[in-house]
Amino acid sequence: MQKIGVFICWCGSNIAATVDVEAVAEAVKTEPNVVFSTNYQYMCSEGGQSAIRNAIAEHGLTGIVVCACSPRMHEATFRKAAAVAGLNPYMVEIANIREQCSWIHKEKSEGTEKAIILARAAVAKLNRNVPLFAGESPVIKRALVIGGGIAGIQTALDVADAGYEVDIVEKTPTIGGKMAMLDKTFPTLDCAACILTPKMVDASAHEKINLYTYSEVESVSGFVGNFTVNIRKRARAVNSDLCTGCGVCVEKCPSKSAKSEFNQGLCNRSAIYIPFAQAIPNVPVIDRDACIKFKTGKCGICEKVCTAKAIDYDQEDEIITKQYGAVVLATGFKPISMERYDEFQYAQCPDVITSLEFERICNAAGPTKGKVLRPSDHEPPKTVVFVQCVGSRATVDCGKTYCSKICCMYTAKHAMLLREKYPDTEAYVFYIDVRTPGKSFDEFYRRAVEEYGVHYIKGMVGKVAEEDGHLIVQGSDLIADKQVVIKADMVVLAAAIEPDPTARSLGTMFTASMDTNDFFTEAHPKLRPVESPTAGIFLSGLCQGPKDIPDTVAQAGAAASKVIGLLSKDKLMGNPCVAGCSEPLCNGCSSCELVCPYGAITYEDKMVIDHGVRETRRVACVNEAVCQGCGACTVTCPSGAMDLKGFTNLQIMAEVDAICR
Amino acid sequence: MHADEKRLTEIIIRTSGVNVRKCMKCGKCSATCPNFAEMDIRPHRFVSMVEEGDIAALLQSKSLWRCLSCFACVERCPRGVEPAHLIEAVRMEVVRPQGGNRLRPEAIPALLDESIPQQLIVSAFRKYSK
Amino acid sequence: MKFSYYPGCTLKTRASELDWAARAAAEALGVVMEELPEWQCCGAVYPLARDELATRLSAVRALDSAKQSNQQLLTLCSACHHVIKRVNNDMQTDADMRAKVNDYLELESPYSGETTVVHYLEMLRDAVGFDKIKERVTNPLKDRKIAAYYGCMLLRPSGVMKFDNPENPSIIEDFISSIGALPVRYPYRNECCGGYVSIEAKNISREMSKKVMSSAARRGADTIVTACPLCLYNLNENGTGEIPVVYFTELLAEALGVKAREGGLVHAC
Repeated sequence: MQKIGVFICWCGSNIAATVDVEAVAEAVKTEPNVVFSTNYQYMCSEGGQSAIRNAIAEHGLTGIVVCACSPRMHEATFRKAAAVAGLNPYMVEIANIREQCSWIHKEKSEGTEKAIILARAAVAKLNRNVPLFAGESPVIKRALVIGGGIAGIQTALDVADAGYEVDIVEKTPTIGGKMAMLDKTFPTLDCAACILTPKMVDASAHEKINLYTYSEVESVSGFVGNFTVNIRKRARAVNSDLCTGCGVCVEKCPSKSAKSEFNQGLCNRSAIYIPFAQAIPNVPVIDRDACIKFKTGKCGICEKVCTAKAIDYDQEDEIITKQYGAVVLATGFKPISMERYDEFQYAQCPDVITSLEFERICNAAGPTKGKVLRPSDHEPPKTVVFVQCVGSRATVDCGKTYCSKICCMYTAKHAMLLREKYPDTEAYVFYIDVRTPGKSFDEFYRRAVEEYGVHYIKGMVGKVAEEDGHLIVQGSDLIADKQVVIKADMVVLAAAIEPDPTARSLGTMFTASMDTNDFFTEAHPKLRPVESPTAGIFLSGLCQGPKDIPDTVAQAGAAASKVIGLLSKDKLMGNPCVAGCSEPLCNGCSSCELVCPYGAITYEDKMVIDHGVRETRRVACVNEAVCQGCGACTVTCPSGAMDLKGFTNLQIMAEVDAICR
Repeated sequence: MHADEKRLTEIIIRTSGVNVRKCMKCGKCSATCPNFAEMDIRPHRFVSMVEEGDIAALLQSKSLWRCLSCFACVERCPRGVEPAHLIEAVRMEVVRPQGGNRLRPEAIPALLDESIPQQLIVSAFRKYSK
Repeated sequence: MKFSYYPGCTLKTRASELDWAARAAAEALGVVMEELPEWQCCGAVYPLARDELATRLSAVRALDSAKQSNQQLLTLCSACHHVIKRVNNDMQTDADMRAKVNDYLELESPYSGETTVVHYLEMLRDAVGFDKIKERVTNPLKDRKIAAYYGCMLLRPSGVMKFDNPENPSIIEDFISSIGALPVRYPYRNECCGGYVSIEAKNISREMSKKVMSSAARRGADTIVTACPLCLYNLNENGTGEIPVVYFTELLAEALGVKAREGGLVHAC
């Protein structure tokens, strides 16, 4: 016989405004085995939790139902409170009467009726609950960081400094990411390379950090504390152990017509290349699509000139398999393609460029050695127009509905740097809003206007037309209620940013959920911002949402602290709500094995006693350490052999019956 | 807002099919409009005046007769607002009532020249008269 | 290859050379253009107001007539194409409009946008193929520098028209290459000519047509081609006059060596 207590939360007015909590408490009193019910303003507060503890002790409760917010929010809180009072935490049921009830109803009578039904269903389920006990699993004391930009580097350094091993997997030939491409950084204007490259060196020199560049994650299995990951280390065709990084091969390579990715295609690179001078590792890679040797079998110059004998055309991809306790996604971003923004003539006019291209043009190590020159004729521009929000805050076509967050600040920086270097060059910025919520950000933008004389025009550009070697920029000036036409020499588009395309496949691989824009979602938008809802997966940097460098570094550190918290444990409590197979009922059909997303189900030949008959049958077996309790197998099983602890078929049916009563 | 203007605003929103609240006031319509100089109420203001229910001024606007229906604003609006549809809806409110026609058949002969295409006369009638 | 063909009123009168040359060229290319039996004027402008019913009916009648013949509906005039294509889209996507129009027309079976509307240029590109045209050209327009003028109606709104890239189209340039001439690209080829407003304000059309024509001239064009009688009129009447404007079908007929009708090809300039 159960003795059940029911606790109804007001959630301030969140629930109480649309649900008559008193009536709910009264109504559940007649439900089977309910011996106590009450309501309270905030059940999650210390007052609420102590009410639960006291009631358990006073009434000898064997289980409790908390009618409150979503279990995603506070199930763990109430389980802990119950455990303190000596109750098995799995004897706690949550009826979600906020998100699924009070927030969606306007009429109090309707809200109350639904809350009573939800409470009734939870009681019906709890009547069939049994105490569950979690198993333990060990924690592998190593973290995997996917992405070697500033986010990944910072997370790796922080985790490694705490004494844990970290591997960074980076898909390009070098770590450094987008930050390595930048010239100066707002709002302090320190040089990006000066602050980034020492961190890159630290990461590569750290005894606890291992770099896998030019590598990608191929597959993953396992669960929090114990992931097994296959990493494909792509063949550079250069032996990293022998290479001295002298660069002679790069210099002598006769194939020099591939576009430099690092310089945003503004200049060419050789087929064997090092992305930039401070690249780490300082080992070249052969681009097989551009290499004459790989294309025709002839050439081989790099091999001839390499005194270290490091060139290896026969090198093959290598698969490395390693175990990790935690995984950090730090996959970063890229600017969106400007191909669909032909009103700005990006694809047609070489002097219409993106902000990242402008960044390379400003950079002393860039294609113009830091001189601001037009790509078309290498002449310095006399008038430059910056266009903000190109593809951001757009609900049509290939635009992004969100604000890309970094553009207002880098555009102010670009205009300021331009005016600083070339006081005779005019800079115009078309803006919809100038968004500068950050420390010293607005002051920075105002400096661009007040000290550097950048012309800020509230409005948008409608069309760019090339006429007689100039770019005729037609835009609106909403303050003056005018249409303005500016004869410019260069147009810089602040392209919206989007998650790196690799994020999607990694999200699927790691079951890390994503939003409609392919940004990784956090376990809680405010309270758990650096964790994925999937245990053991953490988020660092722009892959979670647009952010600038200071925010990225802060988040990278936060992710590291969560990783350290996990790796510092020797064992993890598992989830006892896992699937199990009733062997006499199993017909060996393999349906469950096929739907299981975690590979937790295998089939084995076992001795089964069915109606007194002993025979050997092929039956399903669940690896409880791998099972995540998703329940896919239970709904797939045609014979009802599969059941999920904590969510048994009987429990679910009891809930349905209670609702339909 | 005047009761009549409120009624008109509703009609204009209904016949245009435009959700004026989607406008984020970026001004790309006015940046784009090839006939901006001839519009007394510019496209971006036209949208916000419908939003504000300031219809009386729109009914008097020269812009009604100067919008070319070239759809450049519709094409380039990042929020899918369709300013040209609003202008058409207001123009309908002017030409639909009796006596509202701007172009009358009697006026046509004087406008004709040797090469004027029928298309011009028909389209002008459709835009300026009912 | 057989299409139902909607010529439209202007092609029967002022723009007869647009029509005549198109038919002659089609014949040479093995394309049959079967004129709809009882077509009516499309209204020349698409009714933007959603409560406009009567002004959509003639387009629906034409669309339904093509449906009865089980043929795609071929258009030529930019304005007709614009109106018919957009009304067809309404019939496909706007259930309310579809119900009202069908209630009113009482067709044998309700029309729900089944007909595919094809512009003559799309027919050349997709059904015939520009490569094929290149092979058939007997009189390539060598050394001619021709600027395409798209105007508005073919391109916008691109979501419905689905004709070409609205900001950087290429179909007419590809057509120009196929008849052996050199296409001249210039930035104002998709800007408005002044449209119907020129009925009462020629000054507006003058501004715009000059911008278009002088831009093409600066890029060295010797001819401008268009598919729209109103564009042609505005550019010729209100442009700078420095470049002749002709219909693209006239050049196609010329390149295919189609015999000129009595009196020769009539150029509107």
